[in-house]
Amino acid sequence: MKKSVFYGAIAAAVVLGGAAGAATLDDVKARGNLNCGVSTGLVGFAAPDASGNWEGFDVAVCRAVAAAVLGDPQAVEFIPTTGKTRFTALASGEVDMLARNTTWTFSRDTDLKLDFIGVNYYDGQGFMVPKALGVTSAKDLDGATVCIQTGTTTELNLADFFRVNNISYEPVPIETNAEAQQQYLAEACDVYTTDASGLAATRAAFESPGDHVILPEIISKEPLGPVVRHGDNEWGDIVRWTLNALISAEELGITSANVGELAGGTNNPEINRMLGTEGTLGDMIGLDAEWAQRAIMAEGNYGEIFEKNIGENTPVGLARGLNAQYTDGGLIYSPPFR
Amino acid sequence: MATMTDPPRESFRLSMLIYDTRYRSLTIQVIALFAFMLLVAWIISNTVQNLAGLGKEVEFGFFGEPASYDINQRLLEYTSRDTHLRASFIGLLNTLVVAILGCITATVIGVFVGVARLSRNWLIARIMTVYVEMFRNVPVLLWIVFAMAILIESLPSPRAFRGEDAPQSLILNDSVAITNRGVYVPEALFSRSLGDVRLFGESSVRFDVSLDLIVIIAVLAASVFVFRRIRAWAERVQNETGNRPTTWHFQIAVLVVPTVILLAALGFHLGKPELKGFNFAGGTHLRNSLIALWIALSLYTAAFIAEIVRGGILAISKGQTEAAGSLGLRPNRIMSLVILPQALRVIIPPLISNYLNLTKNSSLAIAVGYLDITGTLGGITLNQTGRELECILLLMLIYLFISLSISVGMNIYNKRVALVER
Repeated sequence: MKKSVFYGAIAAAVVLGGAAGAATLDDVKARGNLNCGVSTGLVGFAAPDASGNWEGFDVAVCRAVAAAVLGDPQAVEFIPTTGKTRFTALASGEVDMLARNTTWTFSRDTDLKLDFIGVNYYDGQGFMVPKALGVTSAKDLDGATVCIQTGTTTELNLADFFRVNNISYEPVPIETNAEAQQQYLAEACDVYTTDASGLAATRAAFESPGDHVILPEIISKEPLGPVVRHGDNEWGDIVRWTLNALISAEELGITSANVGELAGGTNNPEINRMLGTEGTLGDMIGLDAEWAQRAIMAEGNYGEIFEKNIGENTPVGLARGLNAQYTDGGLIYSPPFR
Repeated sequence: MATMTDPPRESFRLSMLIYDTRYRSLTIQVIALFAFMLLVAWIISNTVQNLAGLGKEVEFGFFGEPASYDINQRLLEYTSRDTHLRASFIGLLNTLVVAILGCITATVIGVFVGVARLSRNWLIARIMTVYVEMFRNVPVLLWIVFAMAILIESLPSPRAFRGEDAPQSLILNDSVAITNRGVYVPEALFSRSLGDVRLFGESSVRFDVSLDLIVIIAVLAASVFVFRRIRAWAERVQNETGNRPTTWHFQIAVLVVPTVILLAALGFHLGKPELKGFNFAGGTHLRNSLIALWIALSLYTAAFIAEIVRGGILAISKGQTEAAGSLGLRPNRIMSLVILPQALRVIIPPLISNYLNLTKNSSLAIAVGYLDITGTLGGITLNQTGRELECILLLMLIYLFISLSISVGMNIYNKRVALVER
């Protein structure tokens, strides 16, 4: 009798434990909002504005997904994560997706049991130094003190770069971008290194950005993209194709301004398929027909999001470069909606 | 004639487990134990099941992989090509360094403040009260971050030392540089060094021991031994003849001369820090992160130790002080010869727990970028390999081991100073 109760409890525990993983879509719908892991504050990518609303390039992806799934771009709970906590937060189910300038690497994709669903920014690691130092190349940095965020790929790239070039450096590990900024400005370190986009964003927040230069060397490939848990492919598909819808929308000329009009029907079948006036693409990923319309309406297409948050007319001031559409010589390319 | 009979033996019934007070508590304990074991089994099986569901089996093979990251403060040589195990070991040594430095400083400051707080001088006693209350009642993490911020913001950067008419210069005969990246002090160098001996081969816990240091320690130990023999001989002569022979010049010579000769033979000189490129080169670099952590942990823990010391002293009855005073001892000597030795018995047990606290608090090191065991094994290694469970379990075991070791050591000491009751 007692034994069977014991085994029964164990079996129940096992069943409960096993059931915890799957069906993120259902969880999100039941909860009524999307838990999105973002950075702790990086101007242009993810930072709360003066009234506490999160905005930025990564935030826009979260809002698009929330609009596609729940119909409301505001139904997002933003959960700030550090470089160290982000994967644990995702793996444990604390967040449904990560949109936090996270580099797609082999081991993260496979060993950490995560799925990178695409690339929303092609980046590379760079160095920022005060102009006063007169440094023009990263190879002149022998003996320099380098501030670096711990728990990121930049830490590993940095060790490799200095090792390959046979020069020495003194790493100063730092937990968040804000602390790094403080130490760098107090000259406790000579150099700050992170992804070039992050450097531009950080520099934009300085009092006098002109006193600091970003060195020409880009020492790594950093394809940044949203991440979901491995194993829930339906949810992965939704996030992947929401991002692709934003990218395709730019290519096809669908903007937040004209999406309503185009949704009435056009003579371009691909636009019609995407916006749900033709075919059943929405059904195939478990959403309604207007999912892509709402995603585009949330913050605009990929190009609009880029220009609004990190483009050349913003304080961050990044050129499209590698992140232009493939038709303009960039790498941004969405598979067809068919 | 009445016959005595035993009272009838009550047969054991199952209901007695609940209704009989002799058995009831036992029953409850058995049930509670069973429920507890069930809970533990559930947690473990749930964890294992979930990890298996995620496809992450518990394994420790990643410790053999190259760590690929650099560590700025390291007592032993380490490069980014070394293994995660080596990186953890370097982190462990950093934890021990700050724990040992912190415990020593906290004890010194704590004893001083604890005694001073009982001073009859109103100002000193009040200042110490303010110190204790301030440090005790603010979380230690804030003190650590605060200490770091002060060091970074108030001290000059190495750039301020550059040029002909630099705004800053080195102090103490051009040998110590205080910057916002840390303090550079001269290091001991030997031009005719005996070299190092490597322990544990090429394994992850390999250890280079300087032969110079071993020889110097050996010579010093021998000197101290001879010094004591001379003193013992002087005592003996004094006891036999009543005249103590003059030995102080022998004693000093025995202590100093062999070491000086040895240092000269090894070609001892100081390597001073010099501004080279971006930073000071040469000398020993005490990093800001270590200094901030050390200061904050010491001052914080010292506030608690001060209270323990004060309590210990107050526990010794006033009669002891008066008796010692009537023997003609001066207040300083009363404190060091009569009060403190007795107070130690009260002080040491709570002191142990403060040492443990300091050691555990040192895990906040990452807040200032000091790479201790939490920063390496529980931080970067965990993050780069994604092995949360393995890393955290190991980390907990390591802290447990350190804490238990401190506890055992201090308990042995406690036994030695405890009152021997007959």
